[in-house]
Amino acid sequence: MQNNIKFLSGNEACAEGAFYAGALFYAGYPITPSSEIAQIASERLPAIGGTYVQMEDEIASMAAIIGASCCGVKSFTATSGPGFSLMQENLGVAVMGEVPCVVINVQRSGPSTGLATNPAQADIMQARWGTHGDHSMIALTPSSVQECYEMTIRAFDLSEKYRCPVLVLTDKTVAQMREKVVLYEPGERKLAERKKPSGPAEEYLPYRADDDGIPPMAAFGDKRLLRVTSSTHNEQGFTNDDPGNAYTLIRRLYDKIEDNVDDIAVFKTYLMDDADTAFIAFGITARAALNAVYKLREEGHKVGLIDMSTMWPFPDRKLKEAVSGCRALLVPEMNLGQLVREVNRICCDKEVYSYTKSDGKNIFPAEIIKAWRESL
Amino acid sequence: MTVAVSDYLREDKLPHLWCGGCSHGVVVGAVARALAALEIAPDQTVVTTGIGCFGKADDYIATHALHGTHGRALPFASGVKAAAPHLTVLALMGDGDAATIGGNHLIHAARRNLDITAIVSNNNNYGMTGGQCSATTPAGKRTSTSRYGSPEPDFDLCDLVIGSGGGFVARTTHYHVRAMEKLIAEAISYRGFSFVEVVACCPTYYGRYNREGDAASMVKLIKDRALSKDKYFKLAPDEREDFFPTGKLHVEEKADFTTRYLEVQKKAGGIKAESKEGSR
Repeated sequence: MQNNIKFLSGNEACAEGAFYAGALFYAGYPITPSSEIAQIASERLPAIGGTYVQMEDEIASMAAIIGASCCGVKSFTATSGPGFSLMQENLGVAVMGEVPCVVINVQRSGPSTGLATNPAQADIMQARWGTHGDHSMIALTPSSVQECYEMTIRAFDLSEKYRCPVLVLTDKTVAQMREKVVLYEPGERKLAERKKPSGPAEEYLPYRADDDGIPPMAAFGDKRLLRVTSSTHNEQGFTNDDPGNAYTLIRRLYDKIEDNVDDIAVFKTYLMDDADTAFIAFGITARAALNAVYKLREEGHKVGLIDMSTMWPFPDRKLKEAVSGCRALLVPEMNLGQLVREVNRICCDKEVYSYTKSDGKNIFPAEIIKAWRESL
Repeated sequence: MTVAVSDYLREDKLPHLWCGGCSHGVVVGAVARALAALEIAPDQTVVTTGIGCFGKADDYIATHALHGTHGRALPFASGVKAAAPHLTVLALMGDGDAATIGGNHLIHAARRNLDITAIVSNNNNYGMTGGQCSATTPAGKRTSTSRYGSPEPDFDLCDLVIGSGGGFVARTTHYHVRAMEKLIAEAISYRGFSFVEVVACCPTYYGRYNREGDAASMVKLIKDRALSKDKYFKLAPDEREDFFPTGKLHVEEKADFTTRYLEVQKKAGGIKAESKEGSR
C-alpha cells in the first residue's frame, strides 16, 4: 500500500501542492469556500518551520505575502470572490514589483456576496483584467483534485521563473469534492527557484532584466540591496516618468509572459483526433463535458474535448491549431459567457456555440448534450 | 562594525523633492542617525512606504525598500518581519497612509505586535495631492476638501495605538530633532510594535489654508503647543486644549509576535527553517 496515494479535497490538494513546492509563508483572511486552505496552512506551516499569519483583510493578506516573498520565502494565499476583489490592488504591486507569489481563488457565485456560497466560474475575466493598468497574468484552472495539487506546484514554478504573481482559479465544486490524489515523493519532481543575482553587490540593479526579460532577484537581508516598487521605475527601482522608460517597462512586464505563452499555457485534449465538434471547457465543467463526450461517442458522434488547464495567457495559436479540424465549437461555462468571448476571438471561422449557466448550480452532462443537439 | 550616518542615506538622490519648510527631510535624517547610532547594518534593514509625500522617504534611505500602495506600508512590513524576523523593519508613513486609508492596518499591527517600528510624519493633510483633509485634520481646519472647515474630528494617533495594544508609543515634533532621533532609536530597539508620531508641518498647503504663516512660524506654533508628558498631564483637563503631550507616552514590555509564534512552532513540532537565515 503506497502512502503517497490520498483521498483529498481540492482545497487540501492545493495546500499539499504549496507545501511540496516549498511554500513557507501564508497570509490570509478566511472566506468560504477557500477557508480549508487557511486552516491547513495554520496547522502545517509552523510544523515545518514556516509561518501563518491571519491578516485583517485580503488587502493586507496580499501585501504580506509580497513582503514575505521579498525575503526569498515562497508565499501564498487563498480566497474567494469578495476577497479576490480586495486583492486586486496589491496583485498589481506583485505585477509591477515583479514579486513571485501564488493566489488561489476558489470561485463562488457573485457579484458581491452573491449566492454564498454556491459554485461559479465567473472570475476568469477579473483574473485577467482585475487589477488596473496594462499587464498580463498567469491563471491556471484545474478540473480535478489531482490537478489542484499539480497546478499549485506549477503555479509556484511559474511565479518563480517569471517573477510574477500566479493565480490558481478553482471553483467551489473542484475545491470541495474529494478524489484520489497521487502525491509526489520528496525530491521526485524538480522545482523552479527564482534567478539569483551575481556580480558585485554595489553594482546590482534590482530591475535590470536579462535577455529573457526577467531581472534576477535579491532578497531582503542580502548584501545586494533590493528595492521593490509599485511605481513605474527605472532599473535601479526608483520612480521614473520618462515616457520611453515607462513604455519599455510595461512592454517588458507584458512580453515576459505573453512571449512565453507556449511554455506557460497548456491544455488537455480528449478524443480530438477525428472530432468535428469540440467542447471547450475548464474546471468542473470540463469534467461534465468529458462525460458528455463519452456518451455522444457511444452514439457515434465525433465529439472531442479541450480542457483549458491554463486560462491566461490565452493559448491563441495552440488552441486554433487544436480545433483546426472541427466545424463547430461548443463552450459550456458557469457564467454568462466569458470564455466563449476568447474562443470567438480566435476561432471566428468556426460555428461557435455558447452554453451558459449562472444560477449557482453546476452544469451537468445532460445539459451539455442537450445544448449540443439544439446547436447543431 | 563602524557605520556612518551617510551609509544610510542615498546622498546621490539629494536634494530631496519635498518643499522648502517641509518636515519630512528632518524625519529621514533622524531615522538615518538612529540606525547609525544603533549600528544596524543597512543590508539587515528594510524600509516600507506607501503613497504620499512621506511615501517617497525610501528614495533617500540606503537600505532594502518596499514601496507599495497607499496605506499598506504596515501589512507589507508585517509580511517581511513575519517571514524574516532577523531583519530590522521600519514602516515610514504620512497621516494619510497610517491613519486614514491605512487605519485598519495600524490598529491591527499594534494588536498583532510584530517587531516593527512605525514612524508617522503627521502634517495633518495630503501634501502630495494638493492639501486634502485626512483623519488627522483637526475639526474646523481648512484644507482643499474642507474649505469651510472640516466637520469631522481628528484621531489622536498615539491614543489610537495605545488603545490598540501598541507597547511603545511616543510623540515628538520636527522641532525637537534630538528627541526625535533618540525616540526613534529607542523605538527600533524595543522588541514589539513601536510607534513614533512626529508632529510635522506642511507650509505649502495646510499652513496656507489655515493662515499659519511660513515654515518658521508653523514650527513655532508646534513647538509652543508641545509639552512634555509630565507637564501636560499636570494641567487640568480644561487647560489642555491648546497643547499636546510629547515623549514616551506608553511603554509596556510584552511578548512580540515572533516570540509567541516560536511557541506555536514548538507546539506544532516544527523548527525554524534554515532557509530563512541561510543562502545569503
